[in-house]
Amino acid sequence: MNALTVENLSVAYDKKTVLENANVTVPSGRLTAIIGPNGAGKSTFLKAILNQLPNKVGKVEILGKLFDPKSLVVGYVPQRNAVDWDFPTNALDIVLMGRYGHTGLFKRPSKQDKLLAKQALESVGMQDFAQRSIGQLSGGQQQRVFLARALAQNANIYFLDEPFAGVDAATEKTIIDILKSLREQGKSIFVVHHDLQTVKEYFDYTILLNKTILASGATEEVFTPEQLQKTYGGKLFMMQDMLGANSLC
Amino acid sequence: MIELWVIITGLLVGITCGMAGVFLILRKMSMIADAISHTVLFGIVMAFIITQTLNGFWMLLGAAVAGILTAYLVQLLHSSGIQQDAAIGVVFTTLFAAGVLLITLFASHVHLDVEHILMGEIAFVPWDKWTFFAITMPKAVWILLLVLLINIGFLLLFFKEMKLATFDSLYAASIGVPILFLHYGFMTSISFTTVAAFDSVGAILVVAMLIGPAATANLISKSIKQMFLFSMLYGGAAAIIGYYLAKFWDTSIAGMMATAVGLLFIMTLCAQKFMDYKRKALVSKLEGV
Repeated sequence: MNALTVENLSVAYDKKTVLENANVTVPSGRLTAIIGPNGAGKSTFLKAILNQLPNKVGKVEILGKLFDPKSLVVGYVPQRNAVDWDFPTNALDIVLMGRYGHTGLFKRPSKQDKLLAKQALESVGMQDFAQRSIGQLSGGQQQRVFLARALAQNANIYFLDEPFAGVDAATEKTIIDILKSLREQGKSIFVVHHDLQTVKEYFDYTILLNKTILASGATEEVFTPEQLQKTYGGKLFMMQDMLGANSLC
Repeated sequence: MIELWVIITGLLVGITCGMAGVFLILRKMSMIADAISHTVLFGIVMAFIITQTLNGFWMLLGAAVAGILTAYLVQLLHSSGIQQDAAIGVVFTTLFAAGVLLITLFASHVHLDVEHILMGEIAFVPWDKWTFFAITMPKAVWILLLVLLINIGFLLLFFKEMKLATFDSLYAASIGVPILFLHYGFMTSISFTTVAAFDSVGAILVVAMLIGPAATANLISKSIKQMFLFSMLYGGAAAIIGYYLAKFWDTSIAGMMATAVGLLFIMTLCAQKFMDYKRKALVSKLEGV
């Protein structure tokens, strides 16, 4: 079964088209990078898939079905800076939020929920920070807490929006190891990613995006200089100059 | 007894507003409260024009409708591309002006004057009494208790959803938390709170009671439950301190309550900065060794 099928997806903000006629199919069990230049519409693409944008046309299927949030099949990790980390609560409490969908309305999280939240926190190496105020965590630690929340939800498909932005090397390694082990369990993971140097190392599937889907497929087939040139245009030359030609591909 | 009822009313205003203010602060919606505190006037006047009575129930309903209307219009303008603060500014001044206009046109002969609605008069509260279940209490106390119960009920039912939708609405939506329903539900409870506090402290000072105690509590709280506790304590304390200061200087009770809110905020802020400074000094001293 396909993890994700997108047909003719278009999104507009204030009458300006951000995403036009995007088409893509991704099989299950892949660790997929969504890459493209700044302003290409990567976050918009995720939000449109998750049905969070009003001005959207097109068809999106997740695991062969129209997305129903209540099914809890999707574990979403928004950008870390999308929330206010001064919120008065601790790390464990945030992870526990990943269980809310299972707990249901009007009920309080059970002992089982709390146990699962603790385990999720442990799996990202944050068990010692369970009671720490989230505002006192470093950027990398906050990102781990965010991932732990999605893990506690126990979803089938994960969408992560720039999980590696502004995190330390140890956190990046922890996160990618967890994502790979999720893939081993047959889950599908989609990651909005910025660092072109690590695409080949981390991801087995790649979606190139700039206002629309320019290419998608196995990373070794799609992540080529020609395709990147198409996606990034002139901006790529600069990167190649900085990094040395062909260092990326 | 008269004095006691005034104090009880003030306490209830402080506690009810302190409680309602917590999510207002956390959702960064203080200015929406300001807007609603003005537009409930429109709702109250409309309720009067339609029913031709000054019945508390209809006023509560009218105010709630006006509050939701305000939240809805702000949301509508905002999503059509207008900045949130501009949207709030336009909506509330327009509805408030309409309210004032309607009073002078249709309700000038009744006790619904603008000054009373803006400033309230807590000292008159004990004389307007209602009797239910053989208990006679001032009308304001009844309404405040009712709204406090409604607010507590809303929180008991939706506490964890409110917490999640407030902290991270994107994630909340992705697991099916009804964020729009919660938004409007919460706006309704803010409208109820505003109109309940109306009679005693007036529309303008409701804002001080809604925002001040919660903002103060936010300075020192480590969890939302703590924040609720501190916010209600600060609200109650401000009411009592305000009452006695007003009595001492023989001045406006509501005004003094709002002043007490401000004083408590400044004192807490200073205490917190001082503790911060001392902790940093200690850390650098330890590192120096």
